[in-house]
Amino acid sequence: MKTISDLLAEQPVFAGLAPETLELIAGCGQNVRFTTDERILAENEPADRFYLLRSGRVAVEIDTPRQGPKTIETIGAGDLLGVSWLLPPYRWTFDARAVEPTRALAIDAACLRRKCDADPALGYELFKRFAGLVRDRLNTTRLQLLDLYGNGAS
Amino acid sequence: MAHPDLEVGTEAFSGPGPMVPLRYRVRSRRDDLDDTVTLELEPVDEPTARPGPGQFNMLWAFGIGEAPISLAGLDGDVLVHTIRRVGAVTAALCAAVPGDEIGVRGPYGVGWDLDRARGRDVVVVAGGLGLAPVRPIVTELVDHRDQFGRVAVLVGARSPDDLLYRDELAEWRSHLDLDVEVTVDTATPSWRGDVGVVTRLIGRNPNEPANTTAFVCGPEVMMRFCALALIDDGTPPDEIFVSMERNMHCAIGHCGHCQLDALFVCKDGPVLSWPTVEPLLRVRER
Repeated sequence: MKTISDLLAEQPVFAGLAPETLELIAGCGQNVRFTTDERILAENEPADRFYLLRSGRVAVEIDTPRQGPKTIETIGAGDLLGVSWLLPPYRWTFDARAVEPTRALAIDAACLRRKCDADPALGYELFKRFAGLVRDRLNTTRLQLLDLYGNGAS
Repeated sequence: MAHPDLEVGTEAFSGPGPMVPLRYRVRSRRDDLDDTVTLELEPVDEPTARPGPGQFNMLWAFGIGEAPISLAGLDGDVLVHTIRRVGAVTAALCAAVPGDEIGVRGPYGVGWDLDRARGRDVVVVAGGLGLAPVRPIVTELVDHRDQFGRVAVLVGARSPDDLLYRDELAEWRSHLDLDVEVTVDTATPSWRGDVGVVTRLIGRNPNEPANTTAFVCGPEVMMRFCALALIDDGTPPDEIFVSMERNMHCAIGHCGHCQLDALFVCKDGPVLSWPTVEPLLRVRER
């Protein structure tokens, strides 16, 4: 049976980390499951954890007046859910919902932040990795904003 | 004897002359989207030369004008074209009903080199109406599945309502040896599929990037970012092919409307390799 550390090693964001580093992070982690349509995050609630998806699919949504929730993106296996835990005020800025049965690793944010504070090298390494993911998400969101396929485009 | 200049770019043309359309009749019409139709066109007299995947025809709405439209399929001599209503000519073409006559001249341009991909893994990436020009590729991949390695078809659209060829997408998805992924830019919670740009689908499929040939068609910005994502994933740049869209008028490399630096997109393209086109896409147009 795979340990949390083994499962963390399979996640792209932690690729190449030393086994002892993975063990350290694994101490803050646990396996979780979500059923279809189960709410995972809610806007403005404390960002006290983040998720690394192992299988399934999650919709990141923002609620809009009169139109209800709008899906901004969907993410799946190997993707990170949630970055608001990295910086104050540690509150979610969107909703997230499982659109199919989903398995994930949940990482306790306060636990990992404490370990990063105690080991700045670890903190720097993780921040670089998460910053890369944030950059990638920002880039794809910019493309979405272009509305490439509208207005007579291909 | 024809003027030598008139022979440029007309090698594949078999009609009465490079600028003279042949008469075709609308055999069937399918309304794909609010602004998009697919027409099946059968020759009234002689057919054009046999077009290849990725080539295009100039379709004439008699009395109005002509527009370049990519081949979306071929059934014997019957041409399949998917047309979006964006101007006077395409509005007239989109209004055509079975029995109406349309002029066709072509086929023109350099199409998809599918032979290059035989024995290799294949990724087809299409965005919006860009699914039409790659449709013949997917048909070929399905019909000759044993000649290719792992195959992924990645499709992006504006919203679920803007998805082209839904029935065919469902049929392609029914093939267990074809990895078909669809994503849309925006959706309501009732959509159970992927949401996000099509570039995010690249790298998820089990292809071996170094042994992959990629065919990409869609808006230019989309193709640019797809090519970068494919290269990031390990696909060799010279195994990436894109279909360029430019303002094609004569279609035989004379008028220069579609010129991209030294290239005439109508004649040297529309399908071009990424190393050929990449430096040109970095030139800002005004």
